[in-house]
Amino acid sequence: MTATANRRNSGNLAAKAVGLAFLIVCLLIAETLIRADAISRYIVPPPSEIMGSFYRIVTEEHVARRFLLTAAECLAAGAMITVFGIAGGVLMHRFKLLQQACETWVAAMASAPVVLCYPLFMVIFGRNAWTIIMIGFIAALPPVILKTIEGLAGTRKVLVNVGRSFNLTPMQQFWKILFPAALPTIFVGLRLGLIFALINVVGVEFLINYGGLGQLIEDLAERYDLAGTYAAICFVILVSVLFFMTLEKIERWLRPVD
Amino acid sequence: MAETGRLTRAGEGRPLVSMVTLLRAAIILAGLALWEFLSHSGLLYRDVVPSLLAIARALGGLLASPNYYFNLGVTAAEIGAAIAIGGLSGLAVGILLGANPFLSKAFESYIYYLGPTPKIIFFPVMIMWFGVGPESKVALGTLSCFFPVALSVAAGMRGIDRVLIRVGESFRANTWQTVMKIYLPAMRHPIINGVRLGLGVALIGTLLAETKLSNKGIGFLIINAYSTFDMPRMYANLIVLFVLAIGANALVGRLGGLDSIKRV
Repeated sequence: MTATANRRNSGNLAAKAVGLAFLIVCLLIAETLIRADAISRYIVPPPSEIMGSFYRIVTEEHVARRFLLTAAECLAAGAMITVFGIAGGVLMHRFKLLQQACETWVAAMASAPVVLCYPLFMVIFGRNAWTIIMIGFIAALPPVILKTIEGLAGTRKVLVNVGRSFNLTPMQQFWKILFPAALPTIFVGLRLGLIFALINVVGVEFLINYGGLGQLIEDLAERYDLAGTYAAICFVILVSVLFFMTLEKIERWLRPVD
Repeated sequence: MAETGRLTRAGEGRPLVSMVTLLRAAIILAGLALWEFLSHSGLLYRDVVPSLLAIARALGGLLASPNYYFNLGVTAAEIGAAIAIGGLSGLAVGILLGANPFLSKAFESYIYYLGPTPKIIFFPVMIMWFGVGPESKVALGTLSCFFPVALSVAAGMRGIDRVLIRVGESFRANTWQTVMKIYLPAMRHPIINGVRLGLGVALIGTLLAETKLSNKGIGFLIINAYSTFDMPRMYANLIVLFVLAIGANALVGRLGGLDSIKRV
């Protein structure tokens, strides 16, 4: 058994090494082609130049401040989806008629391109952080509502019956039985919501040229600082990936062992 | 006999309009009334919330304008091209990753984590690579569409019943026949699901790119209405776009039989 697990681990490691090696080879080929002028460096700067720009954009472009601003916007949208999304889900679970009437609408909202309303939000809230936060909030709300309903409805019957046998009040039944049982599913919704919020926050920052990391890319692109633009894009991708990984870890930690 | 009677009575007892429909109608009416109240109250800046009549008039004008259909055609063509390129490349990569566990372990995590990143930030790069015309919008749509299709197809490929593959082997099917007659039909649902997700993100990617830099397409019409502060026209554009986007999403789901999966 241990030998099989060891073999599997070494196989995984070899595969990951091949993936990384492939990436490095691609970068080296790009570097060679750009240096040989087969690809114009005015379209794609050499990877070495992009890596060199990392330090420059971190020190000169106030990346820490921008990162904190984007994080604060995401956090504000995240807090709002947590409060309103879970409350909406609980309300729809409690009043079945409301759920039957509105659940399809919420599902339709989840597939609607809300971010395209950003000009509308700019008119309402102005070109400021509220526009960004509100788009993040509206775009990220549907998965939280839908997953809250799913989590509450999926509570095992036996747990609900235990609550009834203890004569729990509806409030106690909710806080001691339904909510804890639904929490892992609710967090799946929150994770999806936070991912949507981050995507929309960074996207709108870029589109309206305001705020944190999204604006940094737009700013550098307008200055035609090619290496800086590529480095900033890589930086945003890196931040996003780390954010998803952290959320995934928290979700795994919350999920009960089957 | 008794059963028939009970059924008939149940049918007779059903109200003409269900409570759900009534509640929906009430919510819609309350929403419209609130909108109209806001529009006339002066609580918000003038024209931010135009009256329903002004929006309806703008909607009528929009739908009667040949220029709108030209721009709709441009956007539809861009999204179509993005789905064709992104979808096919996603399908190919998904099949490759799904069929080969080593390749999946080596590369799938990159696709998995890059998938949900905001694609619009690649737009400056796309402009440099493909220019300011429709090509850069197609490229951004393609980039958006590729990831969900590849991930969905790879997962679908791994979920194929081994028995089906063994049947193919026992019939000595070659690789092409196995792909065409076993893998693709068995993966219909994951592929359609991937295309549905891909369609949503391709639409967003293409239209956002149009709002950023273009001179035609629905995204351009929206940002043009914003720039000229023609709020009724902007609302009309957004309403039509939302109806089309949600409708297209539902249509792809229905064509692929995704509704029937949910019902089972």
